[in-house]
Amino acid sequence: MSIRERMSGNEATAVAMKQINPDVVAAFPITPSTEVPQYFSTYVADGVVDSEFVAVESEHSALSACVGAQAAGGRAMTATSANGLALMWEILYIAAASRLPIVMACINRALSGPINIHNDHSDSMGARDSGWIQLYSENNQEAYDNMLMAHRIGEHPDVLLPVMVCQDGFITSHAIENIELIEDDKVKAFVGEYKPEMYLLNKDNPIAVGPLDHFTHCFEHKRQQAQGMVNAKKVIMEVAEEFYKISGRKYEFFEEYNADGAEAAIILLNSTAGTAKYVSDKYKAQGKKIAVLKLRVFRPFPADELAEALKKYKAIAIMDKSEGFNAAGGPLFTEVTSAMYAKGVLSPKVINYIYGLGGRDVKTTDIEIVFNKLFEIINTDKVDSVYNYLGVRE
Amino acid sequence: MAYKLKEVAKKPERLTGGHRMCAGCGAPVVVRQTLRALKPEDHAVIGAATGCLEVSTFIYPYTAWRDSFIHNAFENSGATVAGAEAAYKAMKRRGKIKDDTKFIAFGGDGGTYDIGLQSLSGAMERGHDMVYVCYDNGAYMNTGIQRSSATPKYADTTTSPAGRKEHGKQQWRKDLTEIMVNHHIPYVAQTAAIGNMKDLYEKAEKAIYTQGPAFLNVLAPCPRGWQYDTPDLMEINKLAIETCFWPLYEVIDGKYIINYKPKNKLPVEEFLKVQGRFKHLFRPGNEQMIEEIQREVDKRWAELITLAEELN
Repeated sequence: MSIRERMSGNEATAVAMKQINPDVVAAFPITPSTEVPQYFSTYVADGVVDSEFVAVESEHSALSACVGAQAAGGRAMTATSANGLALMWEILYIAAASRLPIVMACINRALSGPINIHNDHSDSMGARDSGWIQLYSENNQEAYDNMLMAHRIGEHPDVLLPVMVCQDGFITSHAIENIELIEDDKVKAFVGEYKPEMYLLNKDNPIAVGPLDHFTHCFEHKRQQAQGMVNAKKVIMEVAEEFYKISGRKYEFFEEYNADGAEAAIILLNSTAGTAKYVSDKYKAQGKKIAVLKLRVFRPFPADELAEALKKYKAIAIMDKSEGFNAAGGPLFTEVTSAMYAKGVLSPKVINYIYGLGGRDVKTTDIEIVFNKLFEIINTDKVDSVYNYLGVRE
Repeated sequence: MAYKLKEVAKKPERLTGGHRMCAGCGAPVVVRQTLRALKPEDHAVIGAATGCLEVSTFIYPYTAWRDSFIHNAFENSGATVAGAEAAYKAMKRRGKIKDDTKFIAFGGDGGTYDIGLQSLSGAMERGHDMVYVCYDNGAYMNTGIQRSSATPKYADTTTSPAGRKEHGKQQWRKDLTEIMVNHHIPYVAQTAAIGNMKDLYEKAEKAIYTQGPAFLNVLAPCPRGWQYDTPDLMEINKLAIETCFWPLYEVIDGKYIINYKPKNKLPVEEFLKVQGRFKHLFRPGNEQMIEEIQREVDKRWAELITLAEELN
C-alpha cells in the first residue's frame, strides 16, 4: 500500500532522496531550494540515511564535488535554484560530457538580475543546452515521482547523462499538498544499486577522467554524448512504464489534458499547468474545448511526438516562463515551432506568451485571456501578434 | 627507516614518462616525488586543476597517470577530489570498497592561490582526508606567463611586464602557506625539490598519511616563465632556499618547525640574478628594487622564526 501524506514539494524531493539514499549529497543553500539539503542533513544527522552530506562553500563546489563523487563510483545528488545553477554552469557541461549521471533537484527561480527570489524558468531554461536531461513537474507528486525515475534514466548504459528534476520555486516547493509516497523497499528495488562499469575507486582498473581532448577526438565524444540524449527518449518511456507498475501513475513526454475534440491548445511547463487545467475544465463546462499540453520532458526534446500531437489543433499558445531575449519569442516557443516546421505541421496558428517573470502571479483570469485569444484566432483565422506578454504592465 | 633516495627512486613510477611537460620544469619532479611517498599497496585518486600539469599528462587517448586520475576544471581541484573522498567514505561504510585509497589534488599557483582558493579553502575546512599539493611556479604558465597572486614583486610577466614606467609586478606575493596554516588543519608544509629531495618526500608522506586535510606548497620553477637554462632547475630551487626566499617549514597541529636554517643566508640577489624575469632589476639605477625585495624576504623570514619560537 502506498503511503498517503501531505508535504511541500521540497520535502517530497528530500523524501525521494532519503529513499534513494545516495552515496553523496553536496549542496549549498539558496532560496527556494534550501530546504532540500536542510531536510537531507537532518536525515544524515538522525542516521536515517548513510550518505555523506558535503556542505560545500558554493554551488560551483557542490557540482564539482558531485562530479568527483560520481566519477569515483558513487551516486551523487544536489539541489539548487537560479544563481546557484548559474554558478554551476561550467560544471553542468563537464558533468554531462564526462557522462556522469548526477541527479539534481532544480527548484526553479528567476535568475538575477535584478535579484528576485520568486519563480520563473530562466534558470533551467538557460541550462537547456548543457547536456542535462530535464524533467518538469507540475506538483509535489510529480517532483517526487520524477526524482525516483531520474537515476534509472540517467544511469542507463545507453544514456549516461545527468538529470535535472525541475519544479516551481515556492509555488510547489513550499506549498503543502497531498501526496502518495511509495514504500521504502519498493523504491529501493525500483531505483536499484548503482553499478558503474568504470570508476575511480576501482583499484583493479584505474581510470582517468576529464582529458584534454583535441580536434582528433572531441567531435566524436560530443557525437556520442548527443546519442545518449537521443537514446534517453526510449529509456524515459521504459522507466515510466515500470514506474506505472509500482505506482499506478502514468508518465509520458507530455500530458494532453481535455484534448478530445479541442481545436485549441496551450503548451506549458510545471505548476501553471494546474491553473490551466482548472480553466480548461471551466471552459469545457461551458462547451468550449481547449487542451492543456503539459510538457514533462524538455531535454531530450520530444520534437516528433509534439509535432504529431499538435497537428490536430487550429490554434496553439506556447507559454514561456522565461525570456529568450532574441526579440522573437521564448525558448519553448522557438523549439516547439521549429519541431512543427521540421515535421511539416504548418496548419496550426501559433502564438507565444512570455508570462510570470520574477514570480508574477498567474491567475485564472490570465489563462482566460490566452484561451479567449486562441478562440479569436480560430474565429478570425488571423494572428495579429505572435510574440506577446501576459500580465505585465506596459 | 632512514630516507635513501636510491631506495625511494626504486619505487614504481606513478607518473610515467612520455608526458609533455617541458624539460627543466619543476612540476613533474614535484609530482613524482610526492607520489613516491605513497605506499605501493595503496591506490590513489589524483586530481589536477586545469594547467600545465593536466594538459601535458592526460591528452586523450593517453594518460601518464598510473593511479586513477580526474581533471574537472581550473578552480575546483579541491572540491572535485573532496567529492571523490566523500564517495569513498560512503562506499567503504557500505562495504562496496575494501582497499585503502588516498586522495591527492594538484594545482598550480593560478589554480590554487587565485581561482581555486575558495574550493581549496572549503575542502580543507570540511576536513576531507586528502592532500592538496600546490606546485607554485609563480604565474599562469599554461596560458603564457601571466601574473598571479603568487608572482613575486617585480617579476616580469606578460600581464605585469617590465616596461619603461613600471618594472614588473607591482605587488607582493600572497602567503598561501600561512593562509592554510590559519585553517587549523593537521598538517601544512612548505617545501621544494632540493638535494636528495628528502624534505619533499618526508613532507609528502606525512601529508598523505596524516588523517584529515593536509596542504603542501611546493616551489616548482618554470624555465619558460622564470627564464633559466633547463639544467639549472635544481640550482634555482637551492638558491630559493639558501636565500630564504622560500623557507622550508612545516606546521603540525599548529606547531611550527623550520626544517632548514641556512648557516650563511645568501643575499636574495643570488636567487634573482639567475632568472631572466628579474633581469631588469640589474640595470643601473634599479638597485633599490633588489634592496626592497631583500627587506621583504628578511621580514618574512624573521616573522617565521618568531612564529616558530613563540608557538613552540
